[in-house]
Amino acid sequence: MELYYYPAYQLHQRLVKKEIKAEEICRSVFNRVSQVEDKIKAFITLTYEQALAQAKKVDEKIARHEKISPLAGIPVAIKDNICTEGLKTTCASRILENFIPPYNATVINLLNQVDAIIIGKTNLDEFAMGSSTENSAFFTTANPWDLERVPGGSSGGSAAAVAAGETILALGSDTGGSIRQPAAFCGVLGLKPTYGLVSRFGLVAFASSLDQIGPFARNATDLAWLLNVISGHDPLDSTSRPEAPPDYTDFLVNNVRGLRVGVPREYMIEGIDVQVKQVINQALAKLTALGAVVEEVSLLHSKYALPTYYLIAPAEASSNLARYDGVRYGFRADNAVDMIDMFKKTRSQGFGEEVKRRIMLGTYALSAGYYDAYYLKALKVRTLIKQDFEKAFSTFDVLVSPVTPTPAFKIGEKTGDPLQMYMSDICTLAINLAGIPGLSIPAGFVNGLPVGMQLLGKPFSEGTLLQVAYTFEQNTGFHLKKPALKVVSGQEAGQASSLVPEDQ
Amino acid sequence: MDIMTEKEAQKQVITTSQVEHVALLARLELKEAKKDIYVNQLNDILAYMQMLNELDTENVTPTAHVLPLCNVFRQDEVGQHIPVEKVLANAPEKEEQFFKVPRIV
Repeated sequence: MELYYYPAYQLHQRLVKKEIKAEEICRSVFNRVSQVEDKIKAFITLTYEQALAQAKKVDEKIARHEKISPLAGIPVAIKDNICTEGLKTTCASRILENFIPPYNATVINLLNQVDAIIIGKTNLDEFAMGSSTENSAFFTTANPWDLERVPGGSSGGSAAAVAAGETILALGSDTGGSIRQPAAFCGVLGLKPTYGLVSRFGLVAFASSLDQIGPFARNATDLAWLLNVISGHDPLDSTSRPEAPPDYTDFLVNNVRGLRVGVPREYMIEGIDVQVKQVINQALAKLTALGAVVEEVSLLHSKYALPTYYLIAPAEASSNLARYDGVRYGFRADNAVDMIDMFKKTRSQGFGEEVKRRIMLGTYALSAGYYDAYYLKALKVRTLIKQDFEKAFSTFDVLVSPVTPTPAFKIGEKTGDPLQMYMSDICTLAINLAGIPGLSIPAGFVNGLPVGMQLLGKPFSEGTLLQVAYTFEQNTGFHLKKPALKVVSGQEAGQASSLVPEDQ
Repeated sequence: MDIMTEKEAQKQVITTSQVEHVALLARLELKEAKKDIYVNQLNDILAYMQMLNELDTENVTPTAHVLPLCNVFRQDEVGQHIPVEKVLANAPEKEEQFFKVPRIV
């Protein structure tokens, strides 16, 4: 197996044993990028030189017999809505096309502290608003399992890069399913942590009461390692949980005996593809065979999650995105007659259609005369949705559902109808409203396309979710299957690999 | 004039003039050709939202935030800040130590 498809924990062992160098890992990943990136288009920015320089520093540490951190020398791709000092952070928007943040997000500082290697910034739906990366102002990312299909979104670039071996690990953000849905579509693991577990400082805000940064990986162990690095209290985020998180690797135990698993009835009925349901039922049978106790449960207000979410998220977005006014940073339109005119021209030319639609929707929901009918109503229903989960978790340790109603859909299939696009997040939205953790893991395939299983837990029970994920993958192996990507060959590959700087 | 069906009447939640007003509040220009598209799409979405009215929420407390956190305070002390040149580095237009903007009044 090529280094780029190795698990992070094995790369670490080999680094420590001096069997390989961090530089080799980095080169392996960048070579893979040069082979497949013209098809996948996962990255907006790549950082060859900086990444290789950082990798060499890790090698020097090892040569000096210094102890290295578990993620030292491990390539990580970063969704391009997470601020990186001195490195362009675009949010896949024209309005931030040339924005170079003057500071790092807290998660970036944490990755730097452990000598993880940031290899680039990944594509997304503009400002994380979308479910396919088709709303990126620059290009659409392709699904490594079928290049005519979407990788999911909004963190589609991160998910596709992990699946295609263009990185070992990645970070994304999840406001309504933006980590879990692309993880499911691309056949990798993706976690939306409990609200407050990971600092949001430096994550470009979409909907502040729903946003969370989370990890992508190809196995549960790697996911636990990355979560260990990024979780914890941050004084720069006032919604950050003060208590210290546990060591998540302690939960990597092959055992689900006696685990109480609830299957929400409302997530297994209308609208869910029959074959997807089959995959989930087989996975549940597996968990039962391993000693878990699986029962049905009801989350009564499930069908209200979509309308509730699409009032609250756009309302918060319309407020958060008011800052893009062409004054302090980002794009500014020419030929404005006065200040207001400059604001209007800048925002109209700088934002894409979906972002504008959500700003309009949110502004309307918050405007005088409609606030009570829409926004306040949605906040009240949010309480009911949260209570459904609290009730379910008084009986069950975890809940299991599909991540998406169908496997990855075709590029262009849903772009004409926003509501249809929103429907693809029907199984994931409620989790952000309730603030609980959700983990998407590979559970099987339908017509060669990956299907994700969603594991849900009580607030701050990421450890339990990781234990279920670890046990499931130890006893199945769906996570080991790789997309049959045809790599560029011959002359073409020679040209492409010239992108990778030679040594010295 | 055609008589709107009941379904169409229900769907007409937001009018063109309201869409124009919202665009002004949001500081967005609305191209004439795009107005109908916006009105239709927003109406579809808002009609779908009406589903929430099935629920009696009279005695339900709204949830704006999921964590049981109160205000977080810190000491009001002078700290390290990003230098002015770095703050101004991304400015579309600047002069000396200031962001420069078009005429306001």
